[in-house]
Amino acid sequence: MIEVTGATKSYGDLRVLDDVHLRLPRGGVTALIGANGAGKSTLLSCMSRLLHLDAGAVTVDGLDVSTTRGDVLARRLATLRQDNHLTARLTVRDLVTFGRYPHSKGRATADDLVHVERSLRFLDLEDLADRFLDELSGGQRQRAFVAMVLCQDTDYVLLDEPLNNLDLKHAVAMMRLLRRAADELGATVVVVLHDINVAACYADHVVAMRDGVVVHEGSPEQVMQTHVLREVFDLDLRVHRIDGRLVALHVA
Amino acid sequence: MMVLGLLVAVAALGFMTLGARGAWDYVLPFRGVKLAALVLVAFAIAVSTVLFQTVTDNRILTPSIMGFDALYVLLQTTVVFTVGSARMVGIDPRLRFTVEVLLMVGFAGLLFRWLFAGARRSLHLLLLVGIVLGVLFRSLSSFMQRLIDPNEFAVLQERFFASFNAVDSRLLGAAAVMVLGASLLAWRLRRSFDVLLLGRDNATMLGVDHRRAVTGVLVVVAVMVSVSTALVGPVTFFGLLVANLAYQLSGTHRHRAVLPVAVLLAVLCLVGGQVVLERVLGYDTALSVVIEFLGGLMFLTLLLRGSRR
Ligand SMILES: Nc1ncnc2c1ncn2[C@@H]1O[C@H](COP(=O)(O)OP(=O)(O)O)[C@@H](O)[C@H]1O
Ligand SMILES: [Mg+2]
Repeated sequence: MIEVTGATKSYGDLRVLDDVHLRLPRGGVTALIGANGAGKSTLLSCMSRLLHLDAGAVTVDGLDVSTTRGDVLARRLATLRQDNHLTARLTVRDLVTFGRYPHSKGRATADDLVHVERSLRFLDLEDLADRFLDELSGGQRQRAFVAMVLCQDTDYVLLDEPLNNLDLKHAVAMMRLLRRAADELGATVVVVLHDINVAACYADHVVAMRDGVVVHEGSPEQVMQTHVLREVFDLDLRVHRIDGRLVALHVA
Repeated sequence: MMVLGLLVAVAALGFMTLGARGAWDYVLPFRGVKLAALVLVAFAIAVSTVLFQTVTDNRILTPSIMGFDALYVLLQTTVVFTVGSARMVGIDPRLRFTVEVLLMVGFAGLLFRWLFAGARRSLHLLLLVGIVLGVLFRSLSSFMQRLIDPNEFAVLQERFFASFNAVDSRLLGAAAVMVLGASLLAWRLRRSFDVLLLGRDNATMLGVDHRRAVTGVLVVVAVMVSVSTALVGPVTFFGLLVANLAYQLSGTHRHRAVLPVAVLLAVLCLVGGQVVLERVLGYDTALSVVIEFLGGLMFLTLLLRGSRR
């Protein structure tokens, strides 16, 4: 379980997280939604110890992320950041192999290589495995980073806008993959999504943020309501049920 | 790497034998000491530059561009300034050297950890900070040099100009011990080097204690820069030249390949360059000028290419 208690973070005068409390039980897919600047990335960074909270705490399976050893956490929790830029020139396979570092400490075993090949296959990267990252399109690069994160083979996977730059086909494949990771491998997936319809379709649990505060939390049915969405996005959206799925459309 | 190793061996052989006049049992030990010093300097500069670029996640800044060796010169000057050269003469140079290196580790460690271990800063800002720090250290040094009397100044001056010809060989033993110590520390951290290339955030997520790794590497860098500056004086662009050539030649990001290639290249440049320029062509102090010129060109190219991206 990931437990966030009283998380507060400011940049200067700007309070980006304001006393956030959140309990994410093990298993399942949780979608984090909210407008730009709501604090989603900041919350994810604090959960994955990349940022330090000004107040409050985050624990993963009872381990406080700010005090637990980094290599212990790295075997439990993996994170995809929103922006990924590298100075070094790496191939896709090199990058994905780094995902095994928490387990292999740089000496990849046969078992590690099996994981690498599987991640490459899951993300449809086999043909690109030996290409350099700077020779890929944005979406292909995004998939390479997701492959690295999945290759870490952790119980908890946090992904910040993994659908960035992906075409429709790969976006659907990505969401199915995350669903499978949760259903078949028992992983706990937390994913920042922009498209609330994707969130409603694939997530078990939706957390909506606004101005550094969690304003709503619940099942897709509970969040996909006109008055809730208005509060989150300041937009009037009409929710329809199409083929049994909830779909929000904005009024033109 | 085989080819490089071979070239280095040839250069070393040439260095030991070419143009020798006089008795061999005088020439060989004499040149042997110089060769050892050059190899030590090459090793220190190559390793410190590559590791520095790894932890700072860039390929343009080097310890010397960031003012490390200017800081060392400043420390040396301060020591002479406060102790006085009369009393300096009485002090064992190795003791003085050790104290200077320790001071350097302390100061450089604090200063550069503050710069690099915290939030991510833009490369151009860092470059600017480095240049400003370098100028600051240099002008403080020259200010103090002006205040001390001419005799003391003479003691100092010989140490401040890069010369691969006039190596201070009394310090060789102490320098070798320090480089060895720093290398052992680097060896303990070696598994994290490749991961550090992914930048602070990715390395942290993969379980590397970034602060600890950066601190360790900065200590290694401070020791190695002190050693090379003490032996041959400050050299600005040499590290940049060999590090970037090594990245290109080794064609991989892995330090187990890049580091040896960088060291071999550095040795080849120093020893081979010395042989060709000074023994074969007969120029005297040209090597440092040539190396700085090529390194400077490389620096400009990298900057221009970087800013276009
Ligand atoms: N390094 C930073 N310095 C100052 N303000 C920041 C920094 N990072 C993020 N912010 C601000 O914090 C707020 C939340 O950002 P973020 O968590 O990235 O939002 P989201 O991911 O929900 O779009 C934004 O208003 C942003 O401008
Ligand atoms: Mg964001």
